[in-house]
Amino acid sequence: MSLEKSVPYDTPSIAQQRRKAISRRILGDMGPIGYFVRLAILLVFVLYFGLPLLWLLLAPSKDQTAIITLKPLAFGNWATVLKSWSNVNEYVHGEIWVWFKNSVFYVVSSLAISLAIGIPAGYILAVARFPGRKLLLWLTLITMLLPPSAMVLPLFLELNLVHLINTVWSVILPACFFPFGVYLTYVYYSSSLPTDLLDAARVDGCSEFALFRYIALPLAKPLLGLLAFISFNANWNNFFGPYVMLSNNKLFNMPVGLQTMIAGTSAIRPGFNTTPGMLKFQQADAALAGLIMIVPVVIVFLFAQRYVIAGAFTGSVKG
Amino acid sequence: MTSLPIKAAPRMNRKWRRNLNAYLFVLPYLLFMLAFGLGPGIYAILISFADFKFGVPDYFSAGFKNYVTAFTDYRFVFTMTNIAEFLVISVPLGIALVVLIALLLHMRPGRFASTLRTLFFIPGAVTGPALLLLAIFMFSPQMSPFGFIQRAMGYDSFDALIAPERLPVIFTVIGFFSGAGLWIAIHFGALEGISNEVLEAAKIDGCNAWQQALYIKFPLIRPYIIYQFILIFAGNVQLFVEPQLLGTTWIMANVPQQWSPNQLAYSFAFDLGNFGAAAALSLLMLAVGLGAAYLVIRWTGFFDIDVSA
Repeated sequence: MSLEKSVPYDTPSIAQQRRKAISRRILGDMGPIGYFVRLAILLVFVLYFGLPLLWLLLAPSKDQTAIITLKPLAFGNWATVLKSWSNVNEYVHGEIWVWFKNSVFYVVSSLAISLAIGIPAGYILAVARFPGRKLLLWLTLITMLLPPSAMVLPLFLELNLVHLINTVWSVILPACFFPFGVYLTYVYYSSSLPTDLLDAARVDGCSEFALFRYIALPLAKPLLGLLAFISFNANWNNFFGPYVMLSNNKLFNMPVGLQTMIAGTSAIRPGFNTTPGMLKFQQADAALAGLIMIVPVVIVFLFAQRYVIAGAFTGSVKG
Repeated sequence: MTSLPIKAAPRMNRKWRRNLNAYLFVLPYLLFMLAFGLGPGIYAILISFADFKFGVPDYFSAGFKNYVTAFTDYRFVFTMTNIAEFLVISVPLGIALVVLIALLLHMRPGRFASTLRTLFFIPGAVTGPALLLLAIFMFSPQMSPFGFIQRAMGYDSFDALIAPERLPVIFTVIGFFSGAGLWIAIHFGALEGISNEVLEAAKIDGCNAWQQALYIKFPLIRPYIIYQFILIFAGNVQLFVEPQLLGTTWIMANVPQQWSPNQLAYSFAFDLGNFGAAAALSLLMLAVGLGAAYLVIRWTGFFDIDVSA
């Protein structure tokens, strides 16, 4: 192409150039239609995920009539919030806090035990070659893919045999088996721990245990966040297991407790009431009890999100 | 004796000690796996062939009686059809929407995208009874923020909305609310892992953001999509909490008492005391979840690299 020919076509005015730059900054390389399509789809999901949360946050401020007469996203009043708070606390003399404490205890102990068991196992599967290693890896993969709820009834039958039903152990022990954690640890060490380093330390007379304690374990720090999050999430929210295992109210965790609380009051089934004196328990109270269960998880979620994303893109779940 | 065996002995010894060391590291895990991973499955198999007289199992005396009881129960076909419908709707829809959201967010990473990602992630904190509680409110047109849509569709009460034929869709809507965020984050993380050079090259070749998402990013996160399929399928097969609380325990809505197979197994065990039939049904559901995972793994070659390494 000759120079003279291209000049009249290819020299936009400075104003045009600026307009183009601005539209590029706003629209990216999606084009105006693409930009609005993307925005519209995402906004639909913002409403779908956001409105229920917002509603739940406002619900404890509205009594039985206000919850229907007021606009769904209106705030009732603080007096109702306080009343809900005292109603929830009055339920069987503050039993909700017994459940809360139980939940914390179950979550912390199963996390501690499962990491103490799982990290050494994942480490040795990654660095050592020994007979039975492949079988153990396969079993880890298989049990990792099994949803915990599939094992609840078989577990109940098994624990019933050894008389552990309705004890704290029936909740804690099954939760300590954490094949997903072992698998993640295995993948993490396979990809991030140089075997040369271990060999060098061995030559220097480092024992196998010392290798793990002083070289491998300090390297596991970035992994711990992700493991702790997955384990916390699974165990705090564990409902089906404790629901089947436990019959003593004093041993319940938050989810089973919340279930009992709602089943035993007329909060969402007007006209039905099983726990004496709980007639006044209303939707607002049920919503507040739900919030008490959810809030700790939300806090953990806010911190944990980056671990999940980082975990995915360092290839911890690689194909 | 010659010096040969003496020379060989330490080497044997060292190898043996190495292995012993390794076994010490995995021993606690192995015990827990036997007790809580494989044990319950094996024990369930035993129970499924046992006869229960006065609550005491009489092993190997029942033959296939428990399986026959479970599989010919009048609710068996009903619960199986329900779960099949639920899977057909919830699994493809769940995966497609999650991948769509992750790709849309990743088109323009930045503060807007990360705020939205966090917003989508938070409902993951709402599970089990809390999730059901919230769902009941959200499906009550007189108090729900979505009430105007529900009324516009002609449903003016909870009972009108929660009809048996709509349950698979309703459970999908409930489950997606709580489950999507984690997978959006995982897929987003996978998208962050795609090398910049690949995306830059595509841009230079004239690929716009939509084409990049469809032709470059989407194929590259395939392993994560397979992984999601396996876990979502195996998890959804076990649906229990939603129909249980909605149907029997809380409000006795328009939901049959035993809607999902897992509920039927639970009912066999705790309403009828027939642990044999409960075990038989649990094993069947376990086999369905594992079978699907196995087929997908075989078909896609997923996990090949890791285990053979």
